[in-house]
Amino acid sequence: MSRLLPLSLFALLALCLAMLAGIAIGETRVGAEAIWQVLANQLWQAGHAVDPIDAGIVWNYRLPRTLVAAACGAGLATCGVILQALLRNPLAEPYLLGLSAGASTGAVAVGLFGLGGAVLSLSLSAGAFIGALAAFALVLLLSRASGSRHDNAQVILAGIAGSQLFNALTAFLITKSATAEQARGILFWLLGNLSGVRWPSVWLAVPVALFGLAICLWQRRALDAFTFGADSAASLGVPVRRTQLLLISCAALVTAVMVSIVGAIGFVGLVIPHALRLLLGPGHSRLLPASALGGALFLIVADILSRTLIAGQVIPVGVVTALIGAPVFALILISRRGRP
Amino acid sequence: MTVMTTIADAPLTCRGLGLRLGGRDVLQGVDLSVMPGETLGVVGPNGSGKSTLLKLLAGLRTPSSGSVRLLGEALERLPRRHIAQRLALVEQQADTLDAISVYDAVALGRTPWLSALAPFGKEDRAIIEQALADADASHLRRRLWGELSGGERQRVHIARALAQRPQVLLLDEPTNHLDIQHQLGLLRQVQALPLTTLVALHDLNQALTCDRLAVLDQGRLVALGKPEVVLTPERLLGTFGVQGHYLVDPYDGARVLRFRT
Repeated sequence: MSRLLPLSLFALLALCLAMLAGIAIGETRVGAEAIWQVLANQLWQAGHAVDPIDAGIVWNYRLPRTLVAAACGAGLATCGVILQALLRNPLAEPYLLGLSAGASTGAVAVGLFGLGGAVLSLSLSAGAFIGALAAFALVLLLSRASGSRHDNAQVILAGIAGSQLFNALTAFLITKSATAEQARGILFWLLGNLSGVRWPSVWLAVPVALFGLAICLWQRRALDAFTFGADSAASLGVPVRRTQLLLISCAALVTAVMVSIVGAIGFVGLVIPHALRLLLGPGHSRLLPASALGGALFLIVADILSRTLIAGQVIPVGVVTALIGAPVFALILISRRGRP
Repeated sequence: MTVMTTIADAPLTCRGLGLRLGGRDVLQGVDLSVMPGETLGVVGPNGSGKSTLLKLLAGLRTPSSGSVRLLGEALERLPRRHIAQRLALVEQQADTLDAISVYDAVALGRTPWLSALAPFGKEDRAIIEQALADADASHLRRRLWGELSGGERQRVHIARALAQRPQVLLLDEPTNHLDIQHQLGLLRQVQALPLTTLVALHDLNQALTCDRLAVLDQGRLVALGKPEVVLTPERLLGTFGVQGHYLVDPYDGARVLRFRT
């Protein structure tokens, strides 16, 4: 208990520093003092004299981008924790289970054929939500039909099949209905891209990430009760079906909203909860807030890397997270050797 | 059982209980009442429906026919949380890959009693200590689940069930995986608890120590009563397919079953 307070303070401080770095670093460097002055001007009309270009970069581009990166990282890490707890599988994650692929298909379908105008970002999310739920239902049906329980590799195989199918559907939709210009934009977005993010996305991503975290913290004891499987949770008094429905809908919603804003970013929900479980143990009252913070930190750093690894070019942030996440996936596989 | 009790007082009863799976009756027409404070053993060959019966009695599966009453109330009308405050189940193979400590695993037993208004507190800690002591697992409290032997895991599961402070305890072959000392010790401890207990057992000599026995054969309840009345040589041949007869242990005069094929 005594270690908890300094650890959380340290994590919050690290998050603030990462956000500052996320705002400062880029094509045009902005100093910490200038950032502070811009924020002070915007938040309480401090009236500092700042370079209007710096002000525009900080307030209109980098701050929303960093906030959305933090919200997406937190949301995706939370989803990873939910899916790992409910499916009793340390490899469960929105991307690997096909939720992200389903959400992409849903969002692309809405983007190409759906409603336009002011409600676009919301209806993109709605399409992504339906797609994510459809993908998850398919994956569960597949793993059930393969005659196995959830607690082994079968559900991950089903997830791969689901991902492939929905990625193919997405490609089909793009080829059939998108113009060349649209196709290029969609493909770039699909790999995970924070470039186009502005303030409206912040007002969607941040509340959804906080909402997801709040639901999970409310259900933390239920998540703990799944430690020894669903039957054990039921005999500990958890209404299993209702809890699964609530939490999986929550994971699908958070994934869908994040995918509709930044595309399919993988492995955040795998790397972060896994590392923190080693550090803090499996109890969800600590693991959930720590994972949300860790996920936020991870995606901000990944976004900075995506902007700076190749000078003058932006690598899709999903590529960066996969470059870090895939080796971690391999490590988890190896460490599970000899286990069911 | 010295006090005469009627079926109306029985903490756990079932009537005409049955489960049909894939066109096969896994369990059929089971009538059973577990009396207050008694230890009722359930025996039967592999696949006779012991585990299924326990799952139905715990409300983990919905029966195809019949009904269960727990402390006078219909099980299907009780919320899961209320069931878990009254009845605990120790399953056969509940395992986890999580690096959970023994203490935290036992603390899960408090789940049905906790809420936002009733957070984890001093009283819960005392109950967990008592449960660890009752299951002879206090010395394990700081160990991690993955480091435990099969028998130690079993005792942790039992401690978790006791931490639920149930009135009715269901145990599915609790002495599997245990060495002989802990087999005997655990059964004696369970029988000494002031709980109404229903225990599925594999070892018929262990079953002889129960207050009453229920014999399941191909999903049907074929006998119910005092162990020596139920486990007759004819029953052993008919249900278990073995020749058996009783010997008397010259050490303490206890009756012991010996089997031949």
